[in-house]
Amino acid sequence: MAAKLRAPGFYRAAWMMVLGVAFATGLTWLVRSSTGHATFTHYINQDAILTVSLLAVPLAFLAGIGGFDYWFYWATGRPTRPEDHSGHGAYTWRDYFRINTDHKVIGIQYTVTSFVFLLIGGLIGMLMRAQLAQPGSQFVDANTYNGLFSVHASLLIFLFIIPVFAGLGNYVIPIMIGAPDMAFPRLNALSYWLLPIAGIMMLSSFLAPGGAFADGWTAYTPLSVDAPIGQTFFSVAVQFAGASSIMTALNFLVTIITMRAPGMSFFRLPLLVWANFATSLLVVIATPFIAASQFFILLDRALKFNFFNAGKGGDVLMYQHVFWFYSHPAVYIMMLPGFGIVSEIIAVKSRKPIFGYRMMAFSLLAIVGLGFTVWAHHMFTSGMAAWIRIPMAITTAIIAIPTGIKIFSWLATLWRGVLHLDTPMLFALGFLTTFTLGGISGVMLAMIPFDIHVSATYFIVAHIHYVLFGGSLMTIYAGVYYWFPKMTGRMFDERLGKWHFWTTFVFFNLTFGPMHVLGLQGMPRRVATYAAKFADLNLFISIASFALGLSTLIFVYNIVTSWRGGPRSVANPWRGMTLEWQVPSPPPIFNFDRVPTVVGGPYEYGVPGAVHGIFGPAPATVGAGSSMARAPSQ
Amino acid sequence: MSRQRSVTLAVVLALIATAIGIWLSYVIHWFPVQASTQARNTDRLYHVLVIATIPIFVLVVTVILYSVWQFRMKPGEELKDGPPIHGNTRLEVIWTALPAILLLGMVGYSFVVLAENEKKPAREIDVGVTGQQFVWTYQYPPSVTGGAPINSYKLYLPENESVEFNLRSKDVIHAFWIPAFRIQEDVVPGVVTHWRATPDRLGTYAVVCNLLCGVGHSLMRSTAHVVPEAQFKAWIKSQESTASTSVPGSSAGNASGGASG
Repeated sequence: MAAKLRAPGFYRAAWMMVLGVAFATGLTWLVRSSTGHATFTHYINQDAILTVSLLAVPLAFLAGIGGFDYWFYWATGRPTRPEDHSGHGAYTWRDYFRINTDHKVIGIQYTVTSFVFLLIGGLIGMLMRAQLAQPGSQFVDANTYNGLFSVHASLLIFLFIIPVFAGLGNYVIPIMIGAPDMAFPRLNALSYWLLPIAGIMMLSSFLAPGGAFADGWTAYTPLSVDAPIGQTFFSVAVQFAGASSIMTALNFLVTIITMRAPGMSFFRLPLLVWANFATSLLVVIATPFIAASQFFILLDRALKFNFFNAGKGGDVLMYQHVFWFYSHPAVYIMMLPGFGIVSEIIAVKSRKPIFGYRMMAFSLLAIVGLGFTVWAHHMFTSGMAAWIRIPMAITTAIIAIPTGIKIFSWLATLWRGVLHLDTPMLFALGFLTTFTLGGISGVMLAMIPFDIHVSATYFIVAHIHYVLFGGSLMTIYAGVYYWFPKMTGRMFDERLGKWHFWTTFVFFNLTFGPMHVLGLQGMPRRVATYAAKFADLNLFISIASFALGLSTLIFVYNIVTSWRGGPRSVANPWRGMTLEWQVPSPPPIFNFDRVPTVVGGPYEYGVPGAVHGIFGPAPATVGAGSSMARAPSQ
Repeated sequence: MSRQRSVTLAVVLALIATAIGIWLSYVIHWFPVQASTQARNTDRLYHVLVIATIPIFVLVVTVILYSVWQFRMKPGEELKDGPPIHGNTRLEVIWTALPAILLLGMVGYSFVVLAENEKKPAREIDVGVTGQQFVWTYQYPPSVTGGAPINSYKLYLPENESVEFNLRSKDVIHAFWIPAFRIQEDVVPGVVTHWRATPDRLGTYAVVCNLLCGVGHSLMRSTAHVVPEAQFKAWIKSQESTASTSVPGSSAGNASGGASG
């Protein structure tokens, strides 16, 4: 028993978390008592202890499960433990519930955890639609409703879209570049475990006195400064999710830059790797800004810093600038990996090279750069200095150009291809349709007088969901189906996949299409009830949204049953040329028995004898050599 | 069907779809009634934007549907690859330049509309708006009332006269939006924000708080009454002489103290 309590794991985490609460209590008592009764009436204060606990207890948990062990031993000068890799990889289900340094295990941990939060966040969305089915109060009061939409968005942004792309990338990127793992496997493991912490923290805010954080995922000040303690759960959870995101991005950057197989120049990288490279640049630069914005709120709330107290010289708008400086790049963080996934699928399923590969890579980098110049388009009606709107509108219009280049390039890839219209391809094509619509509504929003009318209305809600659901989520489904055989060694049910696609596509459009009209007509967002004239459309939308929610169950059923007992998959079911398809499904523990040599581009379909990577010595001419990775072609 | 024929068919269908889309955009009543000159400008901009962007959407969907129709893998083609086309510089230049020109045009026109909507006319009245959780109050300064300032729960505006709203918050951020006028702006504690409109249609129009301000946000609504000039003056006079309608503690002055015969 003593060994269990000392060894890294959940038992040790449990007593360390208790220590964390004790530390929080002790620290707040110490600080309050030393400042005296002049400042604080009570030395033991529930909110103060809770605030410090929200920071200390998760750190204690991470220490308990062993997330910091290696660095702790190294920092204290003890002899480092030799790494025999016995803890690497997964042989039973238990291996997924501990600190594990194998990128494939971490990728699956990330992906499954993220989907759990998709289901929770989506369920909350349906609760919202149940409330909005008719005017007036249905079954939640206004404060609870405000909490519902705040948690809905926060979970789906920070606990689903951003990490699921990190998970898919974690799994696929090292194999795609011919590496045995990520550059920093221990950091990788730590970055995963930060995630359930953030999600549990956001959900448990519903139990806090005063209810869940209820100021939207945007948490504008001063409303969020004066809100009940539930708001602190958001501000702290964002720190953990942000830290997770930054660590992963750092890992991706170093891995992609330093661990590519021989012969894999940057312009032979699959576009998925390019996309995650670009996304990682966005993450490491931008994410600290949301951390800052939430620290400002925490300091105002806990220590009365007056950042946002207008009466004491504070500047309320400053919060918005700092927040959106991250949150605009965040939307590209939530989309660019999806662009990479779509490039992979469309090339393989059209049996053609990606049209305009270099411009596809450059447009990713252009979006990264331009993405930092547009943030105040979220603030056109904020009351900021009027002149800022002009350059921001121009840069927002400009960023549509690289995005358009990508869409046209995908269309040109389809042209004269041999199209395999299976589930991953259907989701990729569905994405092209709905994301184009979302992009168009986005271009309209760049036009200031139009935005002035529809800002903060259901038009914005429609736009958001067209690009995040019709955009990101479609690519996530596409990627999960596409790499499911590789990750699990089994094939999903294709018929169920098609059912999933069509129900999702139809009910998605029926749910979010009419919201454009609601916004134009004058219905604000973030409202628990609305004027009677909006009732018919809202009822229609709510019913469609329930159908949309149900369609997700088809996916869950398909994935769970196929993973447990679907037909075994071959190594390369899609006949792809990229390196992940040249290893068994699932891959061996360190991915490659021999380091591959890359001798050509990743999408050379249609060129007889073209090869991307080979597993023997580099041949004198293409066509010779031992075990070759070759795409059958005619 | 030959390639040329199928492409022609697709182009024709796409043109028809575009025409239907544009027609629908005029037939569907997207907006509340137009009650200000700004509303007319904004709605015109909207139609220009929709007409400019419908062809793009139709183009994308047409290519997808055409590809699915003509390039789908047929039985026997399971191992077949497509032609190794890597790019086409001319095409890529066109699809970069044309959208850029289109976007430039749209942004340029939007700036014209913005300038038009925000231009300060020669004659204008100032109305103060105070937002607080969860009610709107309105302050009419002496320049408008001709006497003491007025504080009111009701918003009355004269027809065909430009009004500049000066927005102040007593607590958190709100947003003052009149959908029929097509203009809104946030109401921010610590600063005074503004927007102007020229109401040009008689009637009553919803005033909506459009930024989450707490539990009462959905119910923070009011009404704007656009009335003829004479009726507006009469209303002002009635507000002046009725002390009971005064609203205590407004930022535009003490209304009850200003009551006079």
